[in-house]
Amino acid sequence: MTQRTGSGLRLGIDVGGTNTDAVVLDAGDQVLAKAKEPTSVDATAGIGEAVRTVLDNSNCPPASISHVMIGTTHATNAILERAKLGRVAVIRVAGPATHMLPPMANWPDDLRESVEAGSVIIPGGAEMDGTDVYPLDVASLGGFFASLDRFDAVAIVSTFAPVTNRHEVRTREAVIGLIGRGIPIVLSSEVGSIGLIERENATILNAALARVAARVTRAVQQAIASRGIDATTYFAQNDGTLMSLDYVRRLPVLTIGSGPANSIRGAAYLSGCDNAIVVDVGGTSADVGVLASGFPRISALPVEIGGVRTNFRMPDLVSMALGGGSVVGGTPDAPVVGPASVGFRIAETARVFGGTVTTATDAAVAAGRCRIGTHPSPVERAMAGSVMDLVGSMITDAVDRVKLAPGDQPLVAVGGGSFLIPDSLPGVSGVIRPRHYEVANAIGAAIASVSGNIDQIYDVAGVGRAAVLSRARTDAIRQAVLHGADPEGTEVVDLEELSLQYLPSSRLRIRAKAAGPLAAAATTPDGYGRPREPGDF
Amino acid sequence: MLIDARTVASLAAGAGVFGGGGGGDPGLSEMLAAHAVAVHGPVPLVSLQDLDSEALLVPIAYVGATTVIQEKLPNGIEGDLIREWMERLLDRPVAAFMSAELGGLNGVMPVAWCARAGLPMVDADLMARAFPELQMVIPTLHGQEISPVVAVDERGNVGVFTTITNEWAEKLVRATAVAMGGTATVGVYPMTVADARRVSVQGSISRSIDVGQALLASSHDPTAELVERIGAVRLIEGKLIDVHRRTKDGWPVGSAAIEGTGPDQGQILRIEFQNENLIAIRNGEPVATVPDIITVVDIHTGRPVVTEILRYGQRVTVIALPCDRIWRTDRGLELAGPRRFGYDLDYLPLESRV
Repeated sequence: MTQRTGSGLRLGIDVGGTNTDAVVLDAGDQVLAKAKEPTSVDATAGIGEAVRTVLDNSNCPPASISHVMIGTTHATNAILERAKLGRVAVIRVAGPATHMLPPMANWPDDLRESVEAGSVIIPGGAEMDGTDVYPLDVASLGGFFASLDRFDAVAIVSTFAPVTNRHEVRTREAVIGLIGRGIPIVLSSEVGSIGLIERENATILNAALARVAARVTRAVQQAIASRGIDATTYFAQNDGTLMSLDYVRRLPVLTIGSGPANSIRGAAYLSGCDNAIVVDVGGTSADVGVLASGFPRISALPVEIGGVRTNFRMPDLVSMALGGGSVVGGTPDAPVVGPASVGFRIAETARVFGGTVTTATDAAVAAGRCRIGTHPSPVERAMAGSVMDLVGSMITDAVDRVKLAPGDQPLVAVGGGSFLIPDSLPGVSGVIRPRHYEVANAIGAAIASVSGNIDQIYDVAGVGRAAVLSRARTDAIRQAVLHGADPEGTEVVDLEELSLQYLPSSRLRIRAKAAGPLAAAATTPDGYGRPREPGDF
Repeated sequence: MLIDARTVASLAAGAGVFGGGGGGDPGLSEMLAAHAVAVHGPVPLVSLQDLDSEALLVPIAYVGATTVIQEKLPNGIEGDLIREWMERLLDRPVAAFMSAELGGLNGVMPVAWCARAGLPMVDADLMARAFPELQMVIPTLHGQEISPVVAVDERGNVGVFTTITNEWAEKLVRATAVAMGGTATVGVYPMTVADARRVSVQGSISRSIDVGQALLASSHDPTAELVERIGAVRLIEGKLIDVHRRTKDGWPVGSAAIEGTGPDQGQILRIEFQNENLIAIRNGEPVATVPDIITVVDIHTGRPVVTEILRYGQRVTVIALPCDRIWRTDRGLELAGPRRFGYDLDYLPLESRV
């Protein structure tokens, strides 16, 4: 994707566990300025700082920024820390089916306790062909809501909602009739694909994040506006593409996993590689992923978030508690690195900054890997060498685990802590350290396209397979356009068809993903349809 | 032995190995069974030797599209309905449930039905692997009748069939499953313990648990343990470079190609599958065929990979296991040999090919 609509500048921001990075890119994707600020305890203040610094560095007037793209770990952290999550009332529309496994039955106890307000299974739900499992009956909902102590959001989940969400929509109407419109109501048909429990889990997590999302989007907008920027804002999602603010408020759960996806996309752009291993070392953790045809390779297995099984398509990663801020201990014969990290306090606590904690950065400085800090590193040479050997073998092992091809592959080293990656590793043809490596995630966010995904069951009877495939393509493209893609450059990038097993059937399950460049939403309120003008790229 | 939540995880991993790529992903039945034993308590696993010869056993199975169970989970009454109707039809109490199919989700689901019904589970099954049709079981080879068959759905609909052959039951039950929304839970081949000692594979459930345990416990090379313990043969270690799927008469068929890595560099293994993996061809030569069991194992997780989720780029080890001896007899091969699945190939035991 090299063609872009509009000639404004783009501001890419990535909120990591340790640092918040920001970059300004011009319409030709050239980096005009970059900045790295510590992620504050309140992540939003760090965003404001990073934006201010990058604008200062760029000498660009705030008004020249037309788009802001942000990748953030707010949602992930809320789930991992079980903090600030809303309590969710869960309505499963499936009776008499599914009673054998009630909602949240397999959740970790602590997460369930902080999220569950109550759950009920009401008669209704769809079969695979869209007919009713049972007629919908919402009569019990009045009693259900009356029995609840306190709830902040409602999740509604019907069987086969990806085939028809009729009962979910009617249940939502009934719920609005009972509790009004003040409380977020999430339908599973908006959130996920086939797989009731996984989709239900994602829907509940999404509902639990509604307040966090509202707060974060507001705070981000304020932080950006307070710097004088008036731009369309997008959030990065787990497949390395963008979603509009509206969608983030509705589907915050999709921002989980956006960090690694952005860094892989950024690494692709910076290195010019389409196929490579990408190692992103931050302050606290390192992710090893695979760049396949320009996009992150996606995991084929169900992904767990905070101990809960979901069916998101996430980047296939090996993650390690290894970063520039990892605490170092032990002896030269038996060194220990991490998992504890000083995180964003590295600039006060690491020894090379005059602090009292020995970190991986101190060892790297002593080993001559990098020059960082205001003080000399007190780490002895033997210790520094054995720490670097240990770090190297951790990375080698992770690289070996993600590798698919037998031959040597290039490795793209990105992230602020990437000086920990040795210059040569077994199975790697060469280590590429691109320019702007330390802000690859923010660049990945800034260059991202917009996507739409579908995962639905279609009936080929009467219409034929070709017609169904073409409908699936149209559906995926429509989703992408709905998310803010320019219809003109949007195309299907991935399509997979699956037959149903153990049942002779005319039904096909189709997964498709369409992606396209951002529409020039800043100049057209409806997001697309504006004729191209001279000067447009 | 008691089957608790931990044992369920091992049993599910083992069911994946013996499923040979088919029978549905045991992951979902693992969730259902783990929840059932958490709520209703662990399930005793009993040997056929410890039960009264005249006691009545009911093998139980889930029939239909595995995609449907991912959405439309059971109600929970299905097992009780099957028990109630079998008792009504045969006029005697059901002493235990049994797995009709060791491989795939049917290798695990009976744990959930037993937990809910308060019945023990028998340490035996009718296939010692997975097959796509109800008559493809060892009792058929011994002339044992499938009838009466009780097929139920989550609404409480009950169909009772007595059929002239076991093949007819397959036809009628499959049609019933379609009408019920794509799936049905069935009680089949009700039999006495004395019969079961003759026509089932004894000890197969505990063997599956052992295999699963070994797989989950090993950190480095999950399949090495299987080679040692159960006579598995490693066919190739490598990367999936091609997966091709199509529909034949409404059934999904396909093939996958694996390119060798490490010690197997330069080798290519092709697997033909129809629900289950049926034929493995290495460098142009068949090295394993149905009814021997061909299973794809993910190198990183050690988990068996069902044919539905085979994907380009996965790193896998393909293993083959000898099937139960009775499948290698003339009658066994007629019912479930390579020609039964449309391949113009003679069966040769795995051990003689590799």
